[in-house]
Amino acid sequence: MGKNVKIKRGLDIVLEGQPENKVYNVTAPATFAIKPKDFKGLIPKLLVKQGDEVKAGDCLFTDKGNSSICFTSPVSGEIAEIVRGDRRAILEVKILADLEMSYKLFDTSGFSSKSRDEIKNLMLEAGLWPFIVQRPFGVLADTDVSPKAIHVSGFDSAPLAPDLNISLQGEEFNLKVGFEVLKMLTDGTVHLNLHTKKDKNVYSQVSGVEINTFEGPHPSGLVGVQINQLDPINKGDVVWTIKPQHVAFIGKFFSTGNLNLEQTIAIGGSEFNTPGYYKSRVGASVGNMLSGSLKQDNIRVISGNVLTGSKIAQDGYLGFSDNQLSIIPEGDQYELLGWLVPSYPRPTLSPSLPISRFLKKTFRVNTNPHGEPRAYVVTGQYEKVMPMDIMPQQLVKAVLAKDLELMENLGIYEVIEEDMALCEFVCTSKISVQQVLSEGLELMAEES
Amino acid sequence: MKFLRDQVDKLKPTFSEGGKLSFLHSTFDAFETFLFVPNHTTQNGSHIRDGIDLKRTMFIVVIALVPALLFGMWNVGHQQSLALTGTDGDLAGNFWVGLLQTLPIIIVSYAVGLGIEMGFAQFRGHAVNEGFLVTGMLIPLVMPPDVPLWMVALATAFAVVIGKEVFGGTGMNLLNPALTARMFLYIGYPSSMSGDSVWAALPEGASTVDAYSGATALGNLASASSAGEGWNSSLLQGASIMPSFLGNIQGSIGETSVVAILIGAVILVAAGVGSWKIMASTFLGGLFMGWIFNVLGGNGAWMDIPSFYHLIIGGFAFGAVFMATDPVSAAQTETGKWVYGFLIGVITVLIRVFNPGYPEGIMMAILLMNVFAPLIDYYVVQSNIKTRLKRVQA
Repeated sequence: MGKNVKIKRGLDIVLEGQPENKVYNVTAPATFAIKPKDFKGLIPKLLVKQGDEVKAGDCLFTDKGNSSICFTSPVSGEIAEIVRGDRRAILEVKILADLEMSYKLFDTSGFSSKSRDEIKNLMLEAGLWPFIVQRPFGVLADTDVSPKAIHVSGFDSAPLAPDLNISLQGEEFNLKVGFEVLKMLTDGTVHLNLHTKKDKNVYSQVSGVEINTFEGPHPSGLVGVQINQLDPINKGDVVWTIKPQHVAFIGKFFSTGNLNLEQTIAIGGSEFNTPGYYKSRVGASVGNMLSGSLKQDNIRVISGNVLTGSKIAQDGYLGFSDNQLSIIPEGDQYELLGWLVPSYPRPTLSPSLPISRFLKKTFRVNTNPHGEPRAYVVTGQYEKVMPMDIMPQQLVKAVLAKDLELMENLGIYEVIEEDMALCEFVCTSKISVQQVLSEGLELMAEES
Repeated sequence: MKFLRDQVDKLKPTFSEGGKLSFLHSTFDAFETFLFVPNHTTQNGSHIRDGIDLKRTMFIVVIALVPALLFGMWNVGHQQSLALTGTDGDLAGNFWVGLLQTLPIIIVSYAVGLGIEMGFAQFRGHAVNEGFLVTGMLIPLVMPPDVPLWMVALATAFAVVIGKEVFGGTGMNLLNPALTARMFLYIGYPSSMSGDSVWAALPEGASTVDAYSGATALGNLASASSAGEGWNSSLLQGASIMPSFLGNIQGSIGETSVVAILIGAVILVAAGVGSWKIMASTFLGGLFMGWIFNVLGGNGAWMDIPSFYHLIIGGFAFGAVFMATDPVSAAQTETGKWVYGFLIGVITVLIRVFNPGYPEGIMMAILLMNVFAPLIDYYVVQSNIKTRLKRVQA
């Protein structure tokens, strides 16, 4: 029997441009891209070259450290370009999509009687493996371990997040199959963590997993917070996490034998005219969804949410794991005495900005940090948005000091960047918490 | 705004690298960012950030100090009037006298402190940190009204250089800089910092009226205790509780009025800037230790003074609200804050009772606990670590 947990510490940041309950069909974009930078620790080894024809499910590149992990094409078409950056690092593998999709065929029939290794191999070959995130460190999952548990957060509490009951509508059967596959990957428990009050119809067919319920402000929907409450990660433990939309991909794959990465994403934010749900696909170019609906040009397009997402161009590509786009104005304006008399409301946890804190409910937020980086002065702030048994500021300081033993003792195995994004948001000293933590995680991963 | 911005942009190249005045870059930057929040945008991590920053945080502390400052100015004039003429003096006159006496101290404190801070910032290639905005106001408020300006300058310089910059600047210091300044003067120039003659600022050569006594409640209590006399309320200035609470008594410029300090405390707590945990636990600690001495009993006024008096005489309230809560030198863990504050209260009363030579204990207590705060935090952090280790074994 699962647990019911009430999260108390946290913060819901309510932004203008919440996605409305309406699903739009837009014409499929011409190009798609897979970005190696979306995967932590990956060194890609390219298998295709410009001009090659690929089917949906064909391998584009593998991981140099483990060549069995394929990163496959989400569509069929022609390799349009391999975009390289500094020192020839591969930034994007672009594919010009066919009008008529053709899929590589995988033999998934009777998957429930297949062995764990066969299931794994199919997932690896089809490029579904990279959807699994392994903790500690939030890296690509190890192919030869059985994790202590697999956790799936069934809801998203981030700002402007999609309501998964809308974005996963019609995926009930795929979710059921997907969870059956997940159960075959571990000797431990598969946890499905749902919101206590929100609708959970899309999960109605899922069975045989441990259902836990959560309520409270963001980050209650973060899987890291849920793991910490349910069954914290200790030294030596390996835990996998995967998002429900990706579980549906797995389900669809095993019931059809095709890698079909169609998904419904949410687009929101104050600078977007028609916030709502859009039919799309992993790696899709976002240009045609945004064109004509942007209120102005000086905007930031974020693949993912405003706390953890990545900045992309207005005609850039959706991140591999993202099912959300956030469109907010840039904050590159000077503000006269803005620290003293703010000229517009801005989200805050500080009662020293009473209008923003207590009166204003939704915000048109921009990318100005509202102050410059400083040394740590204020204390007790991170704790208010950190519903884990972790001492956040001490952990960040341990990372800054590169004290590996202290990092381990303070629980660095239990967190990844997104878990501390709110700490970064509230920080008076404007410390780049996620970047610092990322360096710490990298350091620890190298050492272990 | 556009006009102002254009002017700043016009000046900027002169102060930037390669410009004629580039050695004043940090100073220019400090003024520019005071005037304008920069047009930077987030580049990594969270794309949006909270509206609070260090400038606003520090400014709120300065606001919270204003009631104590204004009252202190009036009281400086009031005390002078009492000493010279034996009368209360009128409101405006007292305030004017106090302003003339206090303003130079504030100006010296800011000029010396900010000057050194800007020099260090330039030298290190850092931005000027806002911490001194508060320190620069705290230093005058813990000075006796009659303090010579050169002492203020010297103490400020000592506090900023030895108390803060050698540790790496704001955020890195071990001790509260304002108390470091006071401690420096107390040890270096004790006759100007305590005794019966420093609490009223008098013109050169002026003599006091016969009935005037310059002794504070702390002084009275200390001498009564060493003489083996017991507690009675005539030891308080004004011989009752009210003056100690309102603050129309002798003492350092900002410390006398508990009412003004409590207004400041409300501002700090309401704005979420000062830790209510530290304030509350400091008061609790003082109350508790005072009560212990009451129970133990004994000869001497300090032993049997009802414990709540401890909280309103001397610098206790000022220290608890404005000094102990300095987040950099205080304990930084939430549990640690309770312990830290409580011990400040306890030690303050201990010093008052057991050290007749130096009746005021709050300064020593806070500095001492500043030193021990990292140790307190260490144990709190260890307990978190132990819980985690226990989980592995289970």
